[in-house]
Amino acid sequence: MTTDRQSLPQLFWSFFKIGLFTFGGGYAMIPLIQREVIDRTGWIRREEFLDLLTLAQSVPGPIAVNTSVFVGYKLHGLRGAAAALLGTVLPSFAIILAIAVFFAGIRHNPVVDAAFKGMRPAVVALIIGPVISLSQGMHRSMFLVIAASAFAVWGLGWSPVYLLCGAAAAGIAWELLTTGRNRSRIGK
Amino acid sequence: MILWQLFISYLKIGFFGFGGGYAMLSLIQNEVVVQHAWMTNAEFADIVAVSQITPGPIAINSATYVGYHVGMQTGHLWCGLLGSAIATLAVCMPSLTLMILVARFFLKLKGNRIVAGAMLGMRPAVIGMIASAALLLMFPHSDSPGDANFIDGWSWMLFAGVLIASWRKVNPILLIVLSALAGIGIYYLPTLA
Repeated sequence: MTTDRQSLPQLFWSFFKIGLFTFGGGYAMIPLIQREVIDRTGWIRREEFLDLLTLAQSVPGPIAVNTSVFVGYKLHGLRGAAAALLGTVLPSFAIILAIAVFFAGIRHNPVVDAAFKGMRPAVVALIIGPVISLSQGMHRSMFLVIAASAFAVWGLGWSPVYLLCGAAAAGIAWELLTTGRNRSRIGK
Repeated sequence: MILWQLFISYLKIGFFGFGGGYAMLSLIQNEVVVQHAWMTNAEFADIVAVSQITPGPIAINSATYVGYHVGMQTGHLWCGLLGSAIATLAVCMPSLTLMILVARFFLKLKGNRIVAGAMLGMRPAVIGMIASAALLLMFPHSDSPGDANFIDGWSWMLFAGVLIASWRKVNPILLIVLSALAGIGIYYLPTLA
């Protein structure tokens, strides 16, 4: 909530850089966003940024997109939100589109095909990494929920949408029922 | 019409995309591979690989790529461009509207018990969803070769190597590049001899 007006192109450019230089997405983007919107430009105060991160994670969608919309809207209203969003998305969009157009032509090249055969199992391993790191520190009873969720989507073919709705409802019920007794758990 | 379905699918992915990039993979996979069969399991793994080595959120990368791919199935280059724009826009729209609502009404989601409860409940489900995305990539529902990501013993060795390396915090971009080179060494070079 800074009072000085920032120009739209500047806003666009800052988020363009964030979109262009963050590999791996999500949490990898946070340090760069922090540098742009707090350290370099002073658009957002540090305490505000922590609240913003909590918000960005409570609302669906990529964290970088959520953060850019929020900062853009705070500084310049709807036009600011649009400029910041466009800045974040444009680098990925342009690069992936170029790859998609180009890739169609080389898809059946034997070298490219061999490279992808090597990358596919690697991708699966990289997806399993966060499953392990996120599970650490959770209560042991939660492993059953994790396993049941995984089986419901993979084995039974449930849509993740239903799973999320059910899990959210169960969490809300739990929170409301236990609040009185267990105040300190909230917000963890 | 396929472009309309594409729009709805990515709107759904954006709206239910709690928990960031990896969690969205399961939603994307469910829409794109399981429900609409717009691409095979192996093609989906390819997009994830490409997303890992290019900048930007994985949800945006996949939207652009899948949108182009689906658009091209209906015909010309401009359909591909239109498809990629539609999918990318659709996946961003829930973020855009919800974050503006939150910013506009200064919603304090932080201390809100409903939001806290929902996040608490979704956390283990999201981890399970990430696991299911990996499981489906490993053990697809069909036997067709287009769905297989693990084709021989080398695949499992690469998988184990990358798993250990990523656990020891080796850069994922480096791991993808190395496994691509390994793939060329294993599957292409012997065909030359």
